Amino acid sequence: MMHRRDTAGERVTINIDGKNVEAAVGESVAAAVLAASAGATRTTPVSGAPRAPYCMMGVCFECLMEIDGMPNRQACMVSVAPGMKIKRQAGARAVGDAS
Amino acid sequence: MPAPGAPRTFDVAVIGGGMIGPAVSLGLLERGLRVCILDEGDDVLRVARGNFGLVWFQGKGFGMPRYIEWTRRSALLYADFAAELKDTTGIDIGHARPGGLELLLGEDELAHRQHYLGQIYQQGGGVDYEVEFIDRKQVADMLPKVTLGEDVIGASYSPLDGHVNPLFLLRAMHTRFQQAGGTYLPHHRVSGVRKDGDAYTLDTEGGSVSAPKVVIAAGHGLKALGPPLGLDIPIRPQRGHIMVTERTQPMLPMPISAFRQTMEGSIMLGVSAEEAGYDDNIDTSTLHTIAARAKRTMPQLGNLNIVRTWAALRVLTPDKCPVYAESESHPGIYGIASHSGVTLAAANAKVTAGWIAGDPPPPEFEAFTVERFHDAPT
Repeated sequence: MMHRRDTAGERVTINIDGKNVEAAVGESVAAAVLAASAGATRTTPVSGAPRAPYCMMGVCFECLMEIDGMPNRQACMVSVAPGMKIKRQAGARAVGDAS
Repeated sequence: MPAPGAPRTFDVAVIGGGMIGPAVSLGLLERGLRVCILDEGDDVLRVARGNFGLVWFQGKGFGMPRYIEWTRRSALLYADFAAELKDTTGIDIGHARPGGLELLLGEDELAHRQHYLGQIYQQGGGVDYEVEFIDRKQVADMLPKVTLGEDVIGASYSPLDGHVNPLFLLRAMHTRFQQAGGTYLPHHRVSGVRKDGDAYTLDTEGGSVSAPKVVIAAGHGLKALGPPLGLDIPIRPQRGHIMVTERTQPMLPMPISAFRQTMEGSIMLGVSAEEAGYDDNIDTSTLHTIAARAKRTMPQLGNLNIVRTWAALRVLTPDKCPVYAESESHPGIYGIASHSGVTLAAANAKVTAGWIAGDPPPPEFEAFTVERFHDAPT
């Protein structure tokens, strides 16, 4: 289980898979998800293997999650925001409807 | 033991490790011949690594009915060819022949396509042309997960169209080639070919090889290699761009000409055609054109991220039809040029190889000559 070294500072509430959790202002979605719970954040499109944030700097693309309705966003490159809705992904994304 | 420095000897030396050379070589190995593939390094134009992956029938052969027949033959041989590669190498090249569509946006495109395919049909004598036009409703029924753009009024459809993963195809052919006893020689750029008794000696940067038969399947390399050997084939590069989306759930059950979904879920978007010489850099305005048409055809695609893009240079003859020719001045030297290396791979392995090995040429080859580019128009 991961935890924050710095417990002070301002907090926001985000929602991960339907559950409200506290996150630190300025941290990435990937960091907030790791702090909130260990385990996979997605499964891969072809083999279904579990994946979780890895490089934390925008390079490896392992941390893809659905953020505010948009799938396959790099969770390590997006800062948390109040009320943000984050979901783990299972397999390939849907193409979705025409916008 | 050959003397040090003596050329290595083979029955057939194939110049080129792209789509055509290995396909032909597999058939030559099946016939028990000793074959080497002379390839260059990774610093050369690798057309065979830029393919879209269509095994495509409809629209091929304008002005040359024999090319229609040749394409049909390969399309029909493909399933067995793919199964053989999978059985021997374990590599699934992702071949499927679910039929294919070319979606038409607006009345002008429909009229143009009807005219174009109608001419091909007429040139072929009006028999056996497996292409039909379908309306928007029929398209929608074939693509239940797609919301069609409002401009889509119909499509041309052929049950012979299909697709394949071109990189797995290339890897499978190379794997099979070495597995079956072929000799692959990278970094063997051919600098010259000379007659030496009953055989030809090929001088390369990696040493010499000798063989009574030589197949030049060198892509753009044919331009320089061919003329001294009686194979003056006026090929030119034509650039095409491809974009690839992130992987998605299955959406396209069949290839749609410029769009296809891979078995892993990526959607590939193509396919442009620009005259840019040997410049294979990406042009962003072309990417914009491709993306705009994709969104106009299937607006949902606008939701997707593009994860890769590249450009590659087709090997194009003046009439866009292939060349399969034996040199008149240098018997035993064969030149092959085509921009349909993926589509024709099965026919090249199963039929072209027999011609190189000594079988009579298949009837289609009477049209695929070099002379057609040099005869004065009458």
